Amino acid sequence: MSASSPILESNSPTGPIADRWANHRFDLKLINPANRRKFSVLVVGTGLAGAAAAATLAEQGYSVKSLCIQDSPRRAHSIAAQGGINAAKNYPNDGDSIYRLFYDTVKGGDFRARESNVYRLAEISNQIIDQCAAQGVPFAREYGGLLANRSFGGAQVSRTFYARGQTGQQLLLGAYSALMRQVASGGVELLTRREMVDLVTVDGVAAGVIARNLVTGEFERHSADAVLLCTGGYGNVFYLSTNAQASNVAAAWKCHKKGAFFANPCFTQIHPTCIPVSGKHQSKLTLMSESLRNDGRVWVPKDNTDRRTPSEIPEDARDYYLERRYPSFGNLVPRDVASRAAKAECDKGRGVGDSNLSVYLDFGDAIRRDGAPLIAEKYGNLFQMYEMITGENPYKTPMRIYPAVHYTMGGLWVDYNLQSSVPGLFVLGEANFSDHGANRLGASALMQGLSDGYFVAPATITAHLASGKVQRLNTDHPAFAEAEAEATARSSKLLGVQGGRTVESLHQELGQIMWDNVGMARTAEGLKGAISSIRSLREEFWNEVRVPGEASHLNPSLERAGRVADFMEFGELMAVDALAREESCGGHFREEHQSADGEAARDDENFSHAAAWEHKGIEQPKELHKEKLTFDYVQPSTRSYK
Amino acid sequence: MKLTLNIWRQAGPESEGQFETHALDGVSEDMSFLEMLDLLNQKLVMSGREAVAFDHDCREGICGMCSLVINGEAHGPVKGTTTCQLHMRSFSDGDQIVIEPFRAAAFPIIRDLVVDRSSFDSIIMAGGFISARTGSAPDGNAILVPKTDSDKAMDAAACIGCGGCVAACPNAAAMLFTAAKVTHLASLPQGQPERQSRVLSMVKEMDEQGFGNCTNERECEAACPKEISVATIAQMNRDYLKAAIFTD
Ligand SMILES: Cc1cc2nc3c(=O)[nH]c(=O)nc-3n(C[C@H](O)[C@H](O)[C@H](O)COP(=O)(O)OP(=O)(O)OC[C@H]3O[C@@H](n4cnc5c(N)ncnc54)[C@H](O)[C@@H]3O)c2cc1C
Ligand code: FES
Repeated sequence: MSASSPILESNSPTGPIADRWANHRFDLKLINPANRRKFSVLVVGTGLAGAAAAATLAEQGYSVKSLCIQDSPRRAHSIAAQGGINAAKNYPNDGDSIYRLFYDTVKGGDFRARESNVYRLAEISNQIIDQCAAQGVPFAREYGGLLANRSFGGAQVSRTFYARGQTGQQLLLGAYSALMRQVASGGVELLTRREMVDLVTVDGVAAGVIARNLVTGEFERHSADAVLLCTGGYGNVFYLSTNAQASNVAAAWKCHKKGAFFANPCFTQIHPTCIPVSGKHQSKLTLMSESLRNDGRVWVPKDNTDRRTPSEIPEDARDYYLERRYPSFGNLVPRDVASRAAKAECDKGRGVGDSNLSVYLDFGDAIRRDGAPLIAEKYGNLFQMYEMITGENPYKTPMRIYPAVHYTMGGLWVDYNLQSSVPGLFVLGEANFSDHGANRLGASALMQGLSDGYFVAPATITAHLASGKVQRLNTDHPAFAEAEAEATARSSKLLGVQGGRTVESLHQELGQIMWDNVGMARTAEGLKGAISSIRSLREEFWNEVRVPGEASHLNPSLERAGRVADFMEFGELMAVDALAREESCGGHFREEHQSADGEAARDDENFSHAAAWEHKGIEQPKELHKEKLTFDYVQPSTRSYK
Repeated sequence: MKLTLNIWRQAGPESEGQFETHALDGVSEDMSFLEMLDLLNQKLVMSGREAVAFDHDCREGICGMCSLVINGEAHGPVKGTTTCQLHMRSFSDGDQIVIEPFRAAAFPIIRDLVVDRSSFDSIIMAGGFISARTGSAPDGNAILVPKTDSDKAMDAAACIGCGGCVAACPNAAAMLFTAAKVTHLASLPQGQPERQSRVLSMVKEMDEQGFGNCTNERECEAACPKEISVATIAQMNRDYLKAAIFTD
């Protein structure tokens, strides 16, 4: 850590919060429609954020190039989102409003998000639903033909729109179809099976990227007047997470090394309802939608030596600990609270299953009350998925669940325009440090990705394009040759080690360090230990990794090795950030900072800021920049769910 | 458990491929099929060989990236399941398993078990969308959609674009994939303005991409991990006829 802490400016507009976005948009420069095609925009990633941005910018007339790792834009990790997307439509007439969604999000984020951004998000949420419905997203409907809503993630209003249990899929397919329409009309050049391996900057301004063609192995240079990074979150630093296998920090990390500040990396979301780990062979964890907590009751045996099967354990020998500790919210407490409570029970030895690392989620009462058919209608596909993975039937025996890494609130620091500290580099979706503060509420990530992609970036990109900083470089510039040479050298280095360990085993070991020390509960001692373990593991990685094959063909082992190498550097920053944040807030829980009854103790006096880290060389301490957070509307208070 | 795997290996699109046999021990029934392949790959790499290339990403049955023909069946023996959701408890100790890529003229092999399915993207580009410019949409509730229509749209929209239907079809036809998108959009009021031009150009593109013709084998429906119904094909055929008559 560094002693000096320069303050960071967010470029947030001031004035009444409800007018800020409209006023700001008016103040932004416009680019004449006929001139837009002269500007090239490179969009990296085709998840909700990237596909929406690429399609919209092309509609506006910019020359857009779009890159993704998968073989088709439709396969981005956003496809896996299940539960739904929030909007402040107040269709159910149950007291919702833009202000309430704004209020809930600021509070849910434990007062570590920027008010102006959150308000804008809540405001745009309504346009997103309109846009998606117009594209043909088959949202759930009522019999009269109106859009249906449900309450999700403990919200006290029904503001969540959904498409069965496949909301992310349907929203992404909507954005993908808009993108493909633009590819067909020539507005977007689409390059699939491409991995961005470096950002190219000239005089500190983004000028393009180096990408690897994953099929031929060739490195390609792509220049652009602005680069939009929409590459998702970094949950896979934990090895096991609910993220897709290709989800990575590599692109964001390369931008960080080229000058983009990384903000709040320690803010990660651990989701309470996932299928527990079954063994060392496990490659990913599967989320069981949060909606299950609407009807399922969470419990463990009171006596930690009780080894009876769940049906043999009578009511009075069960501890419904969420209902006991949080009588008013019960099983519907926010994710961070529910996850920590499950860990606390397992730490006390009351966990169930072979590993003692799970708790019961019991539908017995709901089935007795509503009947199995009604429960099947609500959760049938989830029950089926559970049975497919575990071989157990949740209609007959309680599900076993355990928290798993799910989402990352931290990311590259951006100002109100979503521009990073590198001019010309914009960051959208989960890749930015975003609007969720220290804890994201359910159904808010899809909203943010689409808000950034369809509405915010297409308006704010002129903050750079019309700024006079655009350099109009082509790929002959020496900066491209230099970045390409570095990328080539790195890939040869990875292939050259030919050590004694597989990429997976090294990644798994890193994940264990992260989970044990930078997971649900953190201590200064554990974090310091983690920092030194990560450093030695990083060294071991570069001495011991074995990557088969060559760079000149499709080589999944090499791709993975490159991504894991970046996690080995990034993990350390997460621990450094968690160590510096001497408070507990949202998903960040420092055991030294808790109330008498074990709740998170926030320190607004010293930590009401976003921590944005500047890279100074891999073995050098990072420099911390603080963006002070001010709350003009929602006064910070202690979150209480009792 | 212990298995014998017969796996297709092919260095590149132009190379000749062949089956390779591997004995694999230490497979647990809790593993997913892809985790079993991970285990094989770790062993191969540590013994100085190259890992078998296969496509995968979400590993929960939704991205459509995983493929594989397992013992002659696209996505393996369990109905309504993608390869990544298939678990080893569906197999027994001592089993021999044959693993091949999805084979179709329109899905050229890139390497080992990885194929190029960009022909599907081309079909979508030809018209698998509703032209709705960002920012110009009316209120979400301005257009009512009867629940039965929206359910029908959702049934078809559940397609994950994996290509299992093509791999299962004796003619390597892409009818189910194309029909699923046509039916999704044709079921909604928002999809009506482009309904006729959409079906004509998507079917044309399907043919141009080198997919085969439908001879009503219904293998596509049986293999579909999302259990998309062949009723969508009937819908597409009706729409196509109507559109062809009206535009001529
Ligand atoms: C199982 C699950 C369920 C969820 N459910 C919900 C929900 O119900 N509601 C909700 O609001 N949120 C949910 N979320 C969170 C939400 O899905 C994600 O936060 C969001 O979809 C992220 O979108 P994105 O566009 O930022 O990134 P992603 O969808 O992750 O897309 C990243 C894109 O970047 C590309 N990419 C990455 N690295 C590179 C590189 N180096 N070079 C080139 N391309 C690259 C990828 O190919 C991909 O196209 C869920 C998440 C998970 C894991
Ligand atoms: S890996 Fe995503 S569907 Fe199988």
